Amino acid sequence: MTFDVARIRADFPILGREVNGHPLAYLDSGATSQKPVQVLDAVRAHNERHNANVSRSVHTLGTEATMAYEGARAKVAAFINAGTPDEIVFTKNSTEAINLVAYSLGQHLKLGPGDEIVISEMEHHSNIVPWQLLCERTGATLRWFGITDEGRLDESGLEELVNERTRLVALVHVSNVLGTINDVSRIAARARQVGALVLLDSSQAVPHLPVDVRELGVDFIAFTGHKMLAPTGIGVLWGRFELLAKMPPFLGGGSMIETVTMGGTTYAAPPARFEAGTPPIAEAVGLGAAVDYLTALGMAEVHQHEQDITAYALKALADVPGVRVVGPLTPEGRGGTVSFAVDGVHPHDVGQILDAQGVQVRVGHHCAKPTCVRFGVPALTRASFYLYTTTEEVDALVRGLDQVKKVFG
Amino acid sequence: MMLDALYQEIILDHYKHPHGRGLRDPFDGEAHHVNPTCGDEITVRVVSDFSDISYDGLGCSISQASASVLHELVVGKAPAEIAAIQEAFVELMQGRGQVEPDEDVLGDAVAFAGVAKFPARVKCALLPWMAFKDAAARAGVDVGVSPEVKA
Repeated sequence: MTFDVARIRADFPILGREVNGHPLAYLDSGATSQKPVQVLDAVRAHNERHNANVSRSVHTLGTEATMAYEGARAKVAAFINAGTPDEIVFTKNSTEAINLVAYSLGQHLKLGPGDEIVISEMEHHSNIVPWQLLCERTGATLRWFGITDEGRLDESGLEELVNERTRLVALVHVSNVLGTINDVSRIAARARQVGALVLLDSSQAVPHLPVDVRELGVDFIAFTGHKMLAPTGIGVLWGRFELLAKMPPFLGGGSMIETVTMGGTTYAAPPARFEAGTPPIAEAVGLGAAVDYLTALGMAEVHQHEQDITAYALKALADVPGVRVVGPLTPEGRGGTVSFAVDGVHPHDVGQILDAQGVQVRVGHHCAKPTCVRFGVPALTRASFYLYTTTEEVDALVRGLDQVKKVFG
Repeated sequence: MMLDALYQEIILDHYKHPHGRGLRDPFDGEAHHVNPTCGDEITVRVVSDFSDISYDGLGCSISQASASVLHELVVGKAPAEIAAIQEAFVELMQGRGQVEPDEDVLGDAVAFAGVAKFPARVKCALLPWMAFKDAAARAGVDVGVSPEVKA
């Protein structure tokens, strides 16, 4: 079956609306994706028919809610080929998942002066700041990979950078600014060689391409539901079970305990150990429905569609005078996120004029300031694509850029 | 069209041909402000008798034009007069497009009336004015109200 974008778009009610008198061209899926009726209906049906708290009721509704919540966990586990659903920890977003690892793994590893954590210049702030905080707390040292002029991870110093002092390497899987897909196999192999663990920030990867955690050869990945057709408020940490089992809790409270006395507490096994308090239940159900939707389409097909749109967009933008794409200039090894500068016009102004024509793009530093600094720009305009993006929307972007140049010409 | 209200000719003119741009010596107070959501930055220097206000920064047309207009309006004025201008500008920016600006007080800054209709851009317009107020305070002069900027 061919990838039928028109049929897919019919599942997304918001894509039918107008913005400022123009058909909506939603080119900001890197920030958050739109939601299909299948997901919206699943959340609604859960709240209307099955709502109860999870893991603590003998009553029927409680049992249904628990089955739905744990069913979503199993779907997510299968989606990324995790060994068992117990390796899936539900969080509120990627940021919380990364902070969980920084806190709990940081304690487990008993980090101190002389230990090193390695990240890269390509990271979202959510994969920088938790490690800076951890280094401040423990006296460990933060080091990082640079970026090549082509927008790839600079692995030239790999042997020196990842060394016997390295305890953890935390890298972005797909850059939210450059679109670069990082093949981390060399880095992961080097990390294993020196006994370091590897975490991937897969926020921009899991929604867009097939991800198999066992093939990746890493120890943790973090991603978030709202970028993959699900509601906000539900994120995922996947971790190798034997590691999760050794890590102390992150937040304390209900659901994460084995037994509590006034004198002390013992903790539940993962994943419950890391899910203190009532979790986002309906949101998890929504994520399960999103996984069903993506699985039915096929992630290889979703990725191929985005590759086609990206190739079209890179070519179209290359033909616009004064536009400079920052990041890989061909679709190979990159995802559907295209950031660019427009000569003499600030991204805020670019975004404003595009908005007046219904084109929704992200402008600013994209929570990745070091990446912007690397390419000598304070901010960029970013168009990011998804399974529902059409070439017509890319055309609307290009027409909008002509208008930008008219206003600021 | 809404966009014309935002990108008034006066604003685009100040953006393309800024008045008084560039950091100069001597000065008595300096402040550097950033807009953490977009990364825009500005540095403002103030001489305590307001004989010069100099600035440099990176930012969108609205923030850069606002700095140029601020320079034009404020240089050579007395502190009380500057406080009145600052207050009028902040009121205009926070008026959601409902405030009728007084051209006698605000001069070219009346062109920013349209910006007030774009909540996401109000911060851009106020960035240089906040930096100016801080720089003036560091030069030992109080120029009145502090704009409250919400993200």
